[in-house]
Parts: sequence; C-alpha cells; structure tokens
Amino acid sequence: MRKKEWKLIVTFHTTADAIAFEKSCKESNKDGRMIPVPRELSAGCGLAWCAVPEVKEELERFSAEKGLSYEEMTELFY
Amino acid sequence: MGIYLDNAATTMQKPASVIEAVAAAMGHMGNSGRGAYGEALDASRIIYGTRERISELVGLGNPKQVAFTCNSTEALNTAILGLFGPGDHVISTVMEHNSVLRPLYRLEKAGMEVSFCPCDAKGRLRTELLSGLVKENTKALVCTHASNLTGNANDLTALGAFCKERELLFVVDASQTAGVLPIDMKAMNIDVLCFTGHKSLYGPQGTGGICVREGLSIRPLKSGGSGVHTYLKEHPAEMPTALEAGTLNGHGIAGLHAALEFIRDTGAETIHRHEIKLLKRFYQGVREIPSVKVYGDLDTDYRAAVLALNIGDYDSSEVSDELSYRYGISTRPGAHCAPLMHEAMGTVDQGMVRFSFSWFNTEEEVDTAIRAVRELAEE
Repeated sequence: MRKKEWKLIVTFHTTADAIAFEKSCKESNKDGRMIPVPRELSAGCGLAWCAVPEVKEELERFSAEKGLSYEEMTELFY
Repeated sequence: MGIYLDNAATTMQKPASVIEAVAAAMGHMGNSGRGAYGEALDASRIIYGTRERISELVGLGNPKQVAFTCNSTEALNTAILGLFGPGDHVISTVMEHNSVLRPLYRLEKAGMEVSFCPCDAKGRLRTELLSGLVKENTKALVCTHASNLTGNANDLTALGAFCKERELLFVVDASQTAGVLPIDMKAMNIDVLCFTGHKSLYGPQGTGGICVREGLSIRPLKSGGSGVHTYLKEHPAEMPTALEAGTLNGHGIAGLHAALEFIRDTGAETIHRHEIKLLKRFYQGVREIPSVKVYGDLDTDYRAAVLALNIGDYDSSEVSDELSYRYGISTRPGAHCAPLMHEAMGTVDQGMVRFSFSWFNTEEEVDTAIRAVRELAEE
C-alpha cells in the first residue's frame, strides 16, 4: 500500500454536491481528484475530493464564491 | 480501458444486442398502451414480450403478473409498503440491502414489528433460528436470494417450504441472482419476486420489476395514467397495470428484452459457471496472501460471483482507491448499503473491498487483480 501523507479531504452530503464540486474545480484548474470517502470520515458510502492540505483556505474561499456545498474539509493522514 | 470488477453494482459491459435494441427502440417506439397505431403497438408488443420472458425465466406462469419498475428498490418498496402495515410482524435477515431494510424501518416507525434472522461467522443465514422468530402476527419472510456483500446465496426452496408451512408470504429480492441462479416461483413457493434489469440480467439501468403470484393483491405505490379506464377515479386494479402508473421505460425494456434473449441463448447456467470459475480463480489467488482476509462462504458454487476482502487493517476505501488509481481496477469499498451484514461481520469501521465478476470478465483480468492485491498487501 502507498505511503500515507497529509491530505485535504472534502466530504459531501450527496453525490450531486460532490460532482458539482468536481466540475467547478476542473473548470478552474484546481488540483485534486475524486476518491472513495475514507472510512475514518464517514461510515456510509460516497465520494470525497482529495487535494493537498495547502489549498484548504483557497478551496474554502472558492466554495463560498461559487456557492458549492460540502460537508466538511478535513486534513487527514491518509 | 480498465478492469471492471463492480458487477454487483451494475454489469457495466452489456451484450451488443442490448445496446442495439435500446438505440433501435429510440428510433421507432411509441408509448405502450397509448394508441392502436404502429409505433405504440411496437412498444406494447415488445413490453409484453419482455413480460413473457421474465415470467418464463422465474417460473411465474403468467406474464400479466410481471409489472415493470425502474429498479429493485422500487419493486421492493412496492411489495413491502403495499403488503404490510401497523400491527403486522415481518421477518427479514441481516443479509439485506437497504432497499429492503429502509422500507421495513419506515413501517416499523409506523407500528409494524420486524425481526432479523442472524448469520454465522461466514455470513450464512442461520435458518435454524427462523422458527423461533415466528409470532402470531407474523405475515411474511422478506429475504434476499444472495447477499450483495458476501455473495452467499440462500436456499429459496427450503425458505419457501418454511413459509408455506407457516402460511407466511415469501418476498424475495433477486437483485444479485436473476439470470444466473435458477428461480422457480411456483416450485419455491415465492409470492413476490423483485428484480433489477441492470445487474445479472445484463439489461439497461432504469429497468426492473415485480413478479406477483396470481391471486395476491398489492396496494400500489403510485397511481396515474394507465391508458385504460380513463374515467375511473382509482387506478385500475388489474395486473400488471395495477402496479404500473405512467409511461414505462419502453426503451430500457426493449434492451431488457434483448438481454433476456442473450441469457436464454447463452444459457444462465453457462453464464453462472463462467462467473464462478473466475470467482474461484480469484479466491485461489488471494486466499493465501498474508494479511488478506476473505469474507463469505467460498466452498459452494451456489452463490453470486462476489468476493469481499480486506488487506490487514487498511481502510477499504484506500485499498479500492489504490486499485483504481494505480491499476485501473474498479471495485467497491465501504458499506455497500448493507449495514446489518457489516455489523454481523464486524467490518463497520473498515468496510470491505468487493470484487464482483461478470460474463464479460476474463481470466487475464482476474490474474491482474490477484497481482494487484498481492502487491498492495506486500508493500
């Protein structure tokens, strides 16, 4: 298995929120990708956006600007 | 293209004839039952033909008792919410998907009682405990044919006999098995069988149905347009119209029609044998890898071609992401909408990585998946 490192994980309430988030990020050339939501963050099913921790504030601002909904932004050793 | 091993979620690869049938239907099909002109009759005929094939496949004995839905979930909601209510008691199992559990919980909130039959360490249903769950007000056993998580299958003949003896309704979720494992509603004493078109039947998403034993009446979930008895204030009570309100997914059902033809021509047994051969190959390849834990009963062929595993204590999401990102292998991590099964297996926190095989998978793909699991486990 890969070496764990600190990552920024964005979780969502719905798949629709996740895809809307991904679409906006791609349109604005934000680095990151969809991953299965880490079990530590959610016992359910679903998608999460994974990026480097350094972009947390930038992504928070970006989400507010674009009106993107998400559940949480968490830094995780993953 | 990657290696698709999430066929328990949907069989992504479809027979070419299914794709062609959907495209063709979109070019000529009108709305079934909404006219006596050619385009509408085309739709009515192909939909009726699909009812015939489903009825034949599951030993129902009457195509008019097959109502189409958009998936198993809608069929199961129709069955559960339309047959039971406050004051009733229903037995189900820990092997169920949320499409069974959530409608049951909804009724439980309204005053219905539910009991769940547990399973053993390998995820097999402890059928010897069923008798003890029966009460005076027990109306039914609602049970999956095979777990979407472990692939373990239930003996429908034995369960049907149990229900018959105690005069219980027998409602079966065949989401993982229709088209691969034999089902005979009459011989197995099944009152209601719910199926989806897009998994082991190799049809399009948005297709599914409910097969209802003759003489059993189910309160419909929906009412609306039916093409007949326009001036009645109530939706018609005759099957299959009783459980079909609004325009059917005719284009999808045309694809399902072709899918059923594919299954008939290829042979359900042949398809199942191929899938099980791949499953066993995969099992043999991963079972001895240190730190790999395989769930379910792999000692029998009477099962769905599904294998769930974990690598050490690794988060199943992380393993599945590695398989996808590094190897292009598509699997399903997490909880699989089967909360009671994960509770029973002690994997609520870790989840499981589920591999599921189809007619379109190959031994080479299986070998690549084995190598990938070994590499991840050894790193």
